[in-house]
Amino acid sequence: MSKLLEIDGLSVALTIPTGRLHAVRDVSITLERGEALGIVGESGSGKSMSALALMRLLPGRAEATGSLRFDGADLGAVSDEAFSRQYLGHRIAMIFQEPMTSLNPVYTIGRQLSEAAVIFGGKSQREAEARALFLLERVGIPDPVARLSQYPHQLSGGQRQRVMIALALMLEPELLIADEPTTALDVTVQAQILDLLRDLRREMGMAMILITHDLAVVAEQTDRVAVMYGGEMIEEGRAEAVMADPAHPYTRALLGAIPRMDGAPRRLGAIPGTVPSLTSRPKGCVFAPRCDFARPECVEGRPPVRGGADHSRRCVLSDAERPAAMAAAPLRADHVAAAQVEAVIEARDITQVFTSRKGMFGARHTIHAVDGVSLSLMRGETLALVGESGSGKSTLARIMLGLNLPTSGTVTMLGKPVADLAPLERAALVQPVFQDPYSSLNPRRTLAEIIARPLVLRGEDDADACAQKAREAMEMVRLPARLLHSYPSQLSGGQRQRVAIARALVTRPQALVCDEPTSALDVSVQAQVLNLLGDLQAELGLSCLVITHDMAVVHQVADRVAVMLNGQLVEEGSCAQVLGSPSSDYTARLLAAAPQFRPEWQAAPAAEGHV
Amino acid sequence: MLKYILLRGLLALAVAFTVSLAAFFLLNIATDPAQAIAGEDATQEVVQTIRARYGLDQPLPVRYGQWLVGVLQGDFGESYYWHKPVAELVAERAGVTITLALAALSVTILIAIPLGALAALNPNTWLDRMALGVAVSAQAVPNFWLGLIMIILFAVMVPIFPVSGDDTWRHFVLPAFVLGASSVPAVMRLTRTGLIEVMSADYIRTARSKGFRGGALLRRHALRNALLPVISVLAVQLGQKFGGSVITESIFAINGLGRLALESILGADIPTVQMLIFVFAIVFVAMNLLADILNAALDPRIRIS
Repeated sequence: MSKLLEIDGLSVALTIPTGRLHAVRDVSITLERGEALGIVGESGSGKSMSALALMRLLPGRAEATGSLRFDGADLGAVSDEAFSRQYLGHRIAMIFQEPMTSLNPVYTIGRQLSEAAVIFGGKSQREAEARALFLLERVGIPDPVARLSQYPHQLSGGQRQRVMIALALMLEPELLIADEPTTALDVTVQAQILDLLRDLRREMGMAMILITHDLAVVAEQTDRVAVMYGGEMIEEGRAEAVMADPAHPYTRALLGAIPRMDGAPRRLGAIPGTVPSLTSRPKGCVFAPRCDFARPECVEGRPPVRGGADHSRRCVLSDAERPAAMAAAPLRADHVAAAQVEAVIEARDITQVFTSRKGMFGARHTIHAVDGVSLSLMRGETLALVGESGSGKSTLARIMLGLNLPTSGTVTMLGKPVADLAPLERAALVQPVFQDPYSSLNPRRTLAEIIARPLVLRGEDDADACAQKAREAMEMVRLPARLLHSYPSQLSGGQRQRVAIARALVTRPQALVCDEPTSALDVSVQAQVLNLLGDLQAELGLSCLVITHDMAVVHQVADRVAVMLNGQLVEEGSCAQVLGSPSSDYTARLLAAAPQFRPEWQAAPAAEGHV
Repeated sequence: MLKYILLRGLLALAVAFTVSLAAFFLLNIATDPAQAIAGEDATQEVVQTIRARYGLDQPLPVRYGQWLVGVLQGDFGESYYWHKPVAELVAERAGVTITLALAALSVTILIAIPLGALAALNPNTWLDRMALGVAVSAQAVPNFWLGLIMIILFAVMVPIFPVSGDDTWRHFVLPAFVLGASSVPAVMRLTRTGLIEVMSADYIRTARSKGFRGGALLRRHALRNALLPVISVLAVQLGQKFGGSVITESIFAINGLGRLALESILGADIPTVQMLIFVFAIVFVAMNLLADILNAALDPRIRIS
């Protein structure tokens, strides 16, 4: 019996204004019936493009070449028309990253579920509705009968993703492709959706391709893993084998860059450099420019595939030459002195009420976004504020920054009430770093202007002194001085976030408030930024309030943790205490939901002894 | 929902009365109705007599108050020029203008939406550029000029349609085309951008992954979303057709409200002008209300539960 899916030599190229972008290069994947394959990679690695090529959903300017066989049939010989009718939905289905926008807002859930089954699946309306009802129930949506006549905007993100899963399963496909199905969801919901996918796959004997940037997720959910980088598949094998003994230097570095919940925090293994431009096709290995083990032959020609069917990689290093397991990274500088007594920012009994009206004549609604919260940021510490979307953590952060005045309660900075501080005084004490470095930097100013802007506003320094301080700030965040006159659009995401940090630090504030500083960044870049924040704190004695939903990041950076739920503080304490023995159920649930590496993968054995 | 419509209806009335108030004062400042009724050569005495007879010697606020009281009782006064109740006059002429406005809107829809859709589905091709070219030229051509050209082409050189009048459907073809063409650019562009945006939306990708493509994809998943903003604009355009009928009706000698407006303005026939402005304002606001209701019906996100 033939394999369910055989992809051989798949390449995808896009025509862009500046030339051709080789998004996927010569990727070969096979999948057995009922098997789960994880495709892992950072943004721009070509993982989604590969799946979209299989689904024939590529954007119009993209072009795919290579051979695709599904259940023995050559898909190259199937017309678009026939492919839509015979394969999409029936045999291959897909769920996407953005549940909030993936359902049509103007049609009911019921219609969207049943229509394809009726039009293409040959089911009667009654059969289709029965199947929809069964699946809604199965994916765990309460009151499914009522849901059928509801619209997408009446459902939460997690529920919409459940509906998307039900939609994909309407015609019992043999292969389900899930493209970052949980990235846009809260942590506790993520875990539920992943478990649901795994159960459904087993129940229905369906094969699955799970595309994600999250190695921990892949390790938990799949049988085999393919690692992609720069449009190429650089390592492939059984999930345990790849996780326990990553054979390609990139995979190894990527694993080292992930903050882990087990053991004491260690310095993250950041990968130097940035993801390569895909406009020119390199002769040799795509990873060579960033590889610690690169040799002359790496850039001369394409490296060979080494290893067997269970675990293979595209690398010049033979088994004997492979680097030993990553040495235990040194601990970060222990910057927190014994007991912190001085509060840099102190918030007392903060309540923030929002009122809204529905339409011009609607009734007033009040929401307690923050409800009686007291929180202090001590000198030199990193305080992590944890919570899911809607918990009020960002609102509290804006209040502690002094950007918003709360409905009631007081914020003091170094003992002075914020209400009495002039904006410039306040800005000298505390500075923000925002989540999205793509939209929080002015695209029309050079880095030098962006970084010096707070100094110019203060008006204390002349132009030369401002430029000098901007250069120092660039140095502080490890950005080369040659970038001073570039614009944000010329930088990568990680570099932009460094610029945001440099801008925040140029006035030498006492405290930084970082709102999800790394959640828009790739794993390897996140490692760079987290390391930088740790270093800066040790060097400058900064106090940091870090807002995040990621427990691994908390474990990596925090001295103290505060957990928020529905506008209230449900737990507060030292990092070890809160993560080690949480006293609140909610914290325990958050911890349980965070994807973790299984203990057996902790100690990466030496390189020998694998097939 | 009913409460919402009711409230919006009251708001519409308020707008209409505000417009009528402004119009009343402006008209009376700009013209002297007594002089206009009496004629240019009339003696001062005659003018005074007329002024007293029509109550034009009273202060403006009093006269507006009288007009308002009349309107609230359904009495819009009597035309100075035609010497019959204004309401009767307007009712006689309204049918022709409504026919013209609806015909013009149909022309707009039939040209603009297919053209916009074609352009959106083939972005940056010759089709797209041609559609854009049509839109730009239509926007650049003044209404009266297009009207005259159409008459020369299709009524004089190739006499398919009558030159003027409003007796049969054939009389309406040219004016409807001229009046409708002026709205084509705006509606076409909106259809194009709306559809391009919708076609790149995530839910269209979902629909594709379910097996939809081509016409079925467009009909079943894209059109309703893309047309939501177009409907609002169409309703506003329909309101403008009533106002725009002033020029078109004059060119094609159609005896509708537009022409009546022109004649009564020239004759300083204030009661008629007042009622026409009131009617136009009501129509305009009502069209906006209709657009909102239609949008609410088509888009569950703004539907009020």
